[in-house]
Amino acid sequence: MSQTLQETLSRLWTLDRDVLAIAWLSLRVSLMAVGIGLLVGIPLGALVAVARFPGRGVIVGLLNTFMGLPPVIVGLILYLALSRSGPLGSLGLLFTPTAMVAAQAVLATPLVAALTRQVVADAETHLGEQLRSLRLPALRRAGVLIYDGRFSLVTVALAAFGRAISEIGAVLVVGGNIDGHTRTMTTAISLETQKGDLSLALALGLVLMGLVLSVNAAVAVLRGHAVRAYG
Amino acid sequence: MSAPFAIQLDEVSLARDGRTILDRLTAAIPARGVTALVGPNGAGKSVTLRIVDGLLRPDSGSVRLASGRRAFVFQRPALVRASAAANLALGLAALKLSRRERAERVAAALERVGLSDRANDAATRFSGGEQQRLVLARAWAMRPDLLLLDEPTASLDPAATETIESLIAEMARAGTTVLLVSHNLGQVARLAEEIVVLSAGRAVERGPTRSVLFSPRTAEARAYLTGELPWTSFAAAS
Amino acid sequence: MDLLRRSFLTLSLLAALGAASPLRAEPASIVVASTTSTEQSGLFKHILPLFQKKTGIEVKVVALGTGQALDAARRGDADVVLVHDRPAEDKFVTEGFAKARQDVMYNDFVLIGPKDDPAGIRGGKVDEAFRKIAAAKAPFVSRGDRSGTHSAELRSWKEAGVDLAAAKGEWYRDVGQGMGPALNTASSLGAYILADRGTWLSFKNRGELTILVEGDPRLFNPYGVMLVNPDKHPTVKVKEGQSFIDWLVSPEGQQAIADYKIGGEQLFFPSAKKG
Repeated sequence: MSQTLQETLSRLWTLDRDVLAIAWLSLRVSLMAVGIGLLVGIPLGALVAVARFPGRGVIVGLLNTFMGLPPVIVGLILYLALSRSGPLGSLGLLFTPTAMVAAQAVLATPLVAALTRQVVADAETHLGEQLRSLRLPALRRAGVLIYDGRFSLVTVALAAFGRAISEIGAVLVVGGNIDGHTRTMTTAISLETQKGDLSLALALGLVLMGLVLSVNAAVAVLRGHAVRAYG
Repeated sequence: MSAPFAIQLDEVSLARDGRTILDRLTAAIPARGVTALVGPNGAGKSVTLRIVDGLLRPDSGSVRLASGRRAFVFQRPALVRASAAANLALGLAALKLSRRERAERVAAALERVGLSDRANDAATRFSGGEQQRLVLARAWAMRPDLLLLDEPTASLDPAATETIESLIAEMARAGTTVLLVSHNLGQVARLAEEIVVLSAGRAVERGPTRSVLFSPRTAEARAYLTGELPWTSFAAAS
Repeated sequence: MDLLRRSFLTLSLLAALGAASPLRAEPASIVVASTTSTEQSGLFKHILPLFQKKTGIEVKVVALGTGQALDAARRGDADVVLVHDRPAEDKFVTEGFAKARQDVMYNDFVLIGPKDDPAGIRGGKVDEAFRKIAAAKAPFVSRGDRSGTHSAELRSWKEAGVDLAAAKGEWYRDVGQGMGPALNTASSLGAYILADRGTWLSFKNRGELTILVEGDPRLFNPYGVMLVNPDKHPTVKVKEGQSFIDWLVSPEGQQAIADYKIGGEQLFFPSAKKG
């Protein structure tokens, strides 16, 4: 064990440009997926939190269920859809980074929506009547509630990012773990583990953790500044 | 406002979860000055304010309002996590104002409640008294014809209460009809010309402030007023 | 609330940019469905840059079990397949998913087990070894993933006269994973396992495992390459795919395969028929 650890640390210094490229791809894919997840999930979550319409309970239930969707299932469904023989096969997206973004966006969106629903519902309890009393149109009210919960939504975004960048099931299936093309940190770690190169796998794991930590730290600093100004 | 009454409630009833909250409430609120809505907890005061503002729809009965703009100040200051100025501007968002006019009104309102130097500070970080001043300033900036107040000074210290009360009085003098829910009978005596006493979802008594406070005609009003300090000490002092 | 509108605008812009611009400029490329053994042994990392340098064509390798690789190709998700399960490959051709199959190279399987060899198979013949393992109920790890190696293992039981369905028990661990994970499992259990030599040579977490049986002609493991039939899937990149196959079986490609060594040991042996 201690020998593996020693090897791991020495491997960290010799990680080459390939690893940088893999880390950069992981970061880009996951950030883009989270971006899409936020664009779709926040309005969806806010809508479900504020509006009352038939079938709303079903949507809330679905969102909460999809929040825990196994990545490999998402990957499989998307694989079948994007396969040349599948309904979206003509797009030629299978085994591309775009497919990985799509898969992770599918994972991120329900998570963002379900958590946003909670954040906005809390803001609604506190502000809802006042906003209606001010005769603001529904869209504007939803916008204000989202704005009010923005610091919590930053945490939501981080949770979605964490889910996206750490998952392997979906990117492996739709990305194919192609060297230099769709290999991400997680699929690379899995590959090295399979090859029995545990110290390299662990070194890559440390890089991944460092990546997640840096993003979290950067966001925490920004959030801290913003909260101090507009808490 | 040419109508003699700003608000006319006729046989208004509302039930929630099988519990009667308003029971054929009939009341008329004059179109001038401050009218206080008093009564024990659960009498239906806050619900009445919400029905008047259109936030709640009664199960039956009719609500007639003189035309004009309404503003509602809630018991708990409802402020968005944004600057004081942005919170004021939010109140003006639904009004068709030019950008410049909006900025001027925001500045004037902040000035009026003594918070000009804190325009860009986070409103949710203000003290309780400052927050209440801010929401009242928001209502003030809207220049409403009808101002609905739900215990605007509950849990405020005397100095903050004084600022709020002077602002309410000023708005009433300027022509705004004020409907005030308050448990602070001293405040009611200072501000209101008329009192409506609610009990168990009905208006049990209505009349000029002094006569209702000093010689209530109904048993319900008497029970409420005698149980409610500082009324006795206020009577002794005056 | 300007901030809200601004942040939404920024987000939308980012997403739009991401959607509009591909993640990388795409050179001509083909997808090759292949096996974990070729990928994990490091062979592709050695030969593909040579091919790309010569033709400019990028080869994207998706490493799966042989069965899965053929299935992916059946769905049209690959242009070329490079696998090692002769019966399955012939079936693929019969079904019309490929017009032809060509020999590329071979390596061999090795029977691996713990150094103390509880079943006593060291240095023997393959069928005898499998019989002994079953008789001793010594721990054995099976890939169980329809890979070429899995097929070879099942054939070996049959040829040894072991009725696996009847003999199966606690000792037979079906892991349903690639060569690497299966070796990891065998290493931690001290179990016997059939592995391809390439993956074994590049495998680092050997623990107490060592080669016990090798060199038996029955352990011969040939690899074949096929271009997916464009009549079945018009999206197949025929020109690029064929040029990859042509290069693999050319003297240059064959030499590149022969040159790949780990620790001085050659992993794959060229076997293309001289055209």
